Amino acid sequence: MQKYSIFNLVKNAFSNHENWDLAWKDPTPKEEYDVVIIGGGGHGLATAYYLAKEHNITKVAIIEKGWIGGGNVGRNTTIIRSNYMHDENALFSEFGMDLWRKMSQDLNYNVMFSPRGIINLAHSDAQMNTYARRGNSMRLNGIDAVLLNREQVKEIIPMADFSENVRFPIFGGLMQPSAGTARHDAVAWGYARQADSMGVDIIQNCEVTGFDVIAGKINGIRTSRGNIKTKKVGLCVAGSTNILAEKLNMTLPIETHLLQACVSEPVKPILDRVVTFGAGHFYISQSDKGEMVMGGDLDGYNSYAQRGNLPTLQHVLTEGIAMMPFLSKLKMLRTWGGIMDMSMDGSPIIDKTHIDGLYLNCGWCYGGFKATPASGWTFAHTIAQDRVHELNAGFSLNRFSTGHLIDEKGLGTKTWIS
Amino acid sequence: MLHIKCPHCGMRSQNEFSYGGDASIKRPQLNKEISDEEWDNFVYNRKSLRGKHLELWQHLSGCRQWIKVERDTATHEIFNTYKADEEIT
Repeated sequence: MQKYSIFNLVKNAFSNHENWDLAWKDPTPKEEYDVVIIGGGGHGLATAYYLAKEHNITKVAIIEKGWIGGGNVGRNTTIIRSNYMHDENALFSEFGMDLWRKMSQDLNYNVMFSPRGIINLAHSDAQMNTYARRGNSMRLNGIDAVLLNREQVKEIIPMADFSENVRFPIFGGLMQPSAGTARHDAVAWGYARQADSMGVDIIQNCEVTGFDVIAGKINGIRTSRGNIKTKKVGLCVAGSTNILAEKLNMTLPIETHLLQACVSEPVKPILDRVVTFGAGHFYISQSDKGEMVMGGDLDGYNSYAQRGNLPTLQHVLTEGIAMMPFLSKLKMLRTWGGIMDMSMDGSPIIDKTHIDGLYLNCGWCYGGFKATPASGWTFAHTIAQDRVHELNAGFSLNRFSTGHLIDEKGLGTKTWIS
Repeated sequence: MLHIKCPHCGMRSQNEFSYGGDASIKRPQLNKEISDEEWDNFVYNRKSLRGKHLELWQHLSGCRQWIKVERDTATHEIFNTYKADEEIT
């Protein structure tokens, strides 16, 4: 594989950049693979990459119904953070932060990781206390957290509404300075290119239509491009998890819901952090192109539409304008939606299943993008070793039966309440 | 914008309603000895169908009644709405 470097850039300039290698091939499916990963999104591509890199398993296929990176990895608001209170989420995400920091070098692909920091705003004394508690929990787990008072927040984001007579005055905030953003498409493409170079087959436009399970063991999958034999299948299909689970006669603690995001027209640099509104659900950052990247609540009812509804968008942007009034002057450039695998406690599932050779990676809710490297790394371990890693031991499927829920927000099973 | 026909009040905008989830889930009978699996199926496990989905909504900013709505989760087409206690055949 051609390395991406300044030397190769100059060299290829002489031939008008017409002789670059393809970033990944378009192979026809083979008859048999050691591992088949279903879903060519961020998590699936990362899983295949770490299977090859960390476990030397290269006879791997990624089966993707559409095109790689066309789902949630290309639809999110690119926020990367590890500001969790519970140990399972905190340690897992912080492990991921390390992978993010090294990712561009590791993949020889500029993923534009930008550790610009995230600030969760607080709008009451009670919320400040809650954030102090969460910040302390984070620091005990080795994650950077800083509790900011009103004046400190004002210094960092003076464009927010700091007037006295507002419904939700800013009392302060909790900041994770090492959090940030990355270019989401580059993450998918970087993992795909490296996985392909190590022998992984990336098979696009190929829909999984069924599974061959014999005596409780996976024996292969059926696809729109023929049958494929394999002893190990990893499911990484986010919002389509329930559709494939139905083909396996499994009912999961997952519901599929729609989440929207939007960007404004590009403007000059004004916001150099990620900021979240604490009295509702709204988050914002500014892209390198200058667009304000925004998102918030789920649409609020089960949906596979991949396209949003205006009342929710209006609600979310009302919160945005309450927080940063200048947003009302901007024009909306684009809105879009993606379908989320909402788990019943808000935390993911990375586990084996009752079917031998079937591994499950789902339940990312709206936090899937930041988890991409850690999810791929731990899922690859789980598949290769046929046992969970200590980092994903808490993300078990049976925690719902045993009562070991990881309910970060304390919302319970109403996944659409956010 | 969804338009939901409340069986009590008629056609109203989605803004008047709040969602209540899968309406096909039945609570296990009171005082009946049940397995953990049956309880999990009631509390946590969901089919989350793509296509026709029977779900609960509450006409919160209207008559405040809970109703059942049969809606397509991919196209958002609403086929029918029912009173909460109405038997659906």
